Amino acid sequence: MNTIIFRTIAPYLAALMILFSIFVLLRGHNEPGGGFIGGLIAASALAIYGIACGVTSVRRAIRVHPMSLAAFGLFIAALAGLPSLVLKQSYMTTQFVELHAFGTQIDLLTPMLFDLGVYFVVVGAISSIALALEERESD
Amino acid sequence: MTPASTDLTILALLSPFAAAAIAPVLTRYLKHNAAWLLAVVPALIFLQFATMIGPVSEGAKILPALHWVPSYGVDLSYLIDGLALTFALLISGIGTFIILYAGGYLKGHPQQGRFFSFLFLFMGAMLGVVTADNLITLFIYWELTSITSFLLIGFDHLRAASRRAALQALVVTGGGGLALLAGFVTIITVTGHMSLTELLSDPEALRGSEFYLPIFLLVLGGAFTKSAQFPFHFWLPNAMEAPTPVSAFLHSATMVKAGVYLLMRLHPVLGDTELWTTVLPLFGGATLLVGTILGMRQTDLKLMLAYTTVASLGLLVMLTGTSVNKALEGAVLYLLAHSLFKGALFMVAGTIDHEAGTRDITRLGGLRGAMPVTFVAASLAALSMCGLPPFIGFIAKEILYEGTLEVGSGLVVTAVAVLGNALMFAIAAAVVLKPFFGPKVETPKHAHEGPVLLFAGPVALSVTGLVAALLAHTTGELFVAPTLSSLLGEAAHVELHLVPAHVGMPLLLSLVTVALGVGFYLSLARVRGAIAGALTAIGWGPDKGFDQFVAGLVMIATAVTRGVQRGRMQTYMTAVFAITALSLLLPLALADGLPEMPSFPEFRFYEWGIFAIAVVGLAAVLTAANRLTAIVSLGIQGFAVALIFMLFGAPDLSFTQFMVETLSVVILALVMTRLDLTPADHRPFAAKVATAIIASAVGAGFMLTLMSITQRPFDTRLSEFFAEYSRVIAHGRNIVNVIIVDFRGFDTLGEIAVVVLTGLCVLALIRVRTRTTSEFDDGAGEEALAKPQDLSNRAVHAPVLEAKG
Repeated sequence: MNTIIFRTIAPYLAALMILFSIFVLLRGHNEPGGGFIGGLIAASALAIYGIACGVTSVRRAIRVHPMSLAAFGLFIAALAGLPSLVLKQSYMTTQFVELHAFGTQIDLLTPMLFDLGVYFVVVGAISSIALALEERESD
Repeated sequence: MTPASTDLTILALLSPFAAAAIAPVLTRYLKHNAAWLLAVVPALIFLQFATMIGPVSEGAKILPALHWVPSYGVDLSYLIDGLALTFALLISGIGTFIILYAGGYLKGHPQQGRFFSFLFLFMGAMLGVVTADNLITLFIYWELTSITSFLLIGFDHLRAASRRAALQALVVTGGGGLALLAGFVTIITVTGHMSLTELLSDPEALRGSEFYLPIFLLVLGGAFTKSAQFPFHFWLPNAMEAPTPVSAFLHSATMVKAGVYLLMRLHPVLGDTELWTTVLPLFGGATLLVGTILGMRQTDLKLMLAYTTVASLGLLVMLTGTSVNKALEGAVLYLLAHSLFKGALFMVAGTIDHEAGTRDITRLGGLRGAMPVTFVAASLAALSMCGLPPFIGFIAKEILYEGTLEVGSGLVVTAVAVLGNALMFAIAAAVVLKPFFGPKVETPKHAHEGPVLLFAGPVALSVTGLVAALLAHTTGELFVAPTLSSLLGEAAHVELHLVPAHVGMPLLLSLVTVALGVGFYLSLARVRGAIAGALTAIGWGPDKGFDQFVAGLVMIATAVTRGVQRGRMQTYMTAVFAITALSLLLPLALADGLPEMPSFPEFRFYEWGIFAIAVVGLAAVLTAANRLTAIVSLGIQGFAVALIFMLFGAPDLSFTQFMVETLSVVILALVMTRLDLTPADHRPFAAKVATAIIASAVGAGFMLTLMSITQRPFDTRLSEFFAEYSRVIAHGRNIVNVIIVDFRGFDTLGEIAVVVLTGLCVLALIRVRTRTTSEFDDGAGEEALAKPQDLSNRAVHAPVLEAKG
């Protein structure tokens, strides 16, 4: 598996997959996609990168411990429900702002923040497991 | 009550929690002097409650409230009447001095800030217990006192004795708390009342109920454990392991009185029945005698005081149990007196310990010259405890004797009270006379007067005990009468005099008590020896029983765990899948009946293709020569399913399925490479057949269940709702995603929390494995690692279920 072709392509492939995962995440509210599937794609990207170039490179690339990513995701997901409390509505009631930019209407919703949280949780949790399993010599 | 004052009251009740948060920071900068600043908090709370004395003494009930969880009827509502107010004033007033005292007592302790924090948390919880109106709120505060007292008793957590005492207190009072919860829930179910206000306005609801007995027993379970009634008294003396400010606060005036508070609070609805007037005096009386007798044996100042506290609590329960007006009045007065003198005496004991280096009365003596202020405070408090005039303890004893004489079985109750009081007299005398009088004894530390922080509390409390007696009339009107009204459920009138109006039985009994007390004091050494001998002869006590109980519990738990968790992965998997198969097939076989077999539909050529892929995948799994190949081949099946989702209009599901399959294969493969498994399956043929049967049964079960579900008429209400509203309400066109992040976002929040936790657990398991690899032989290693695989599957699959639901 650890061929030179794979090792050369893997970083680009991983980068593309991350990009694609963000695309899938952002369009999720209206088209097939969303935070969960986006997170899975990103996790696979990291797994591929890890298999090809070693766990150390992955850890260097994402800078923080993947578990911190997961915790951060949980945090912002929980946070996303708060704005409605200010308006005396129930927790997690959708709040939104309509932006008009680049000649099109963009809805910014609190569920998008929530979805972003889901994304981070999935990436973080799965890649921390995968990475821990991959690095058998180092620890 | 004006809204502003309501807000202030609620603020006052919640402010200890805020103080708990800032205490460590303040202490870091101001060291022990932070106590001066921190003591302002309880002082302000005291003042806020003091403003209510006027209206409450005129019979008003103050009911500040905030809605908390309105959907369940759980409100942060408070009920402040005479009983609550008296307790709140005691807690905040004594609390003020305890904070000061803690500043002096733990001066220079590295964890002093944390200690202040715990004290404030406890104070907030205790104030909540005595003022809560909603039963559930009351229970939450009740448990909070157990937890905070656990932290306080175990403050010195490096010592095994502290840890044991803390755990014991938590187990006993927490266990009682659970009984109390059951009791409250039963009360709510029987009467439909969630608040004390409603409950107290409907006094016959419980007494007439057929559930009176269970409610009575459950409430008693809570009250008796908290208030250290025999045979649950053992945790209180053990809790003396805590630093002295804790004992002075928790174990004299506050926490241990919570049980008494509860009994007094529920007296109008539970009291005055045959059961009540039998059980309470019986246990109260027993506790009184056991407490004093065990107290006589001690030579440690704190332990002597602790046992007399047990005894006093017994006396209070006994008096409350008589349901006679005069005896209840005596209980209220004694409650007041006891809080004042016992708080002061505990602090004195701590000061002596702090300044002289020991609190063993056989090694102390002649301290009155070295510690004059402490000596005066101790004497005033002890005189009150002895029940001598002109102190509040004297008035309390007069009234309570007057009350016990009115009880039906008056002779027994009175005799127990006299005997108990006489023994307490002897202990009180010993607590003051031994350390302060007699020849000067060489102490471990050179004894001298403590700082203001240490003697402010004892002086203030003991002087209050004197002033309360000198102003007996006012004390009666402002505190005793309103409190008694709460106990009786109707307005009560109290007339108190420092000088007894006439020479009668109570005064005579007081004289008998004093005479007996002096006798006991003089023969203290002999009595002590006799009791010690008797206890050795018995050789067993509830304290030992507690240890045996815990040891037994651990033994049973170990046996059960060993029985269930055999540590063999194959056994676990077989059990899980066999039960899955049974739970799928049994309902079909027993209740629903088998679904009709559908006619075989016309397949299009590409559908045949997918079908073929699935079959090929199956064949690959079954014929794979080694396990890794089998696992990877399992992925083929998964992709076939993903393709089916794709064809039949579930792109989200299909995407997810693709990714999950990919990641499962990657993670499974990684796990496999780390397992010390033999590459191929070498089990005997019979074992393989058994596995195959279970596997087929699970497969058939899922198939039949799905078929019988799809053969039912499809209820489209939900789909229509989501189709209609996902764009309008949630601004999204992708229904699946909108359901996940919006309509059922709260579920998802829970699920991602599970994913994070699972990730953490798997990480921990992998690390454990890495560290102990050498300890495992082949077989055990397999077990240890099979788990992460199991869990990671769960992590990956959990949200998929959501997408399907």
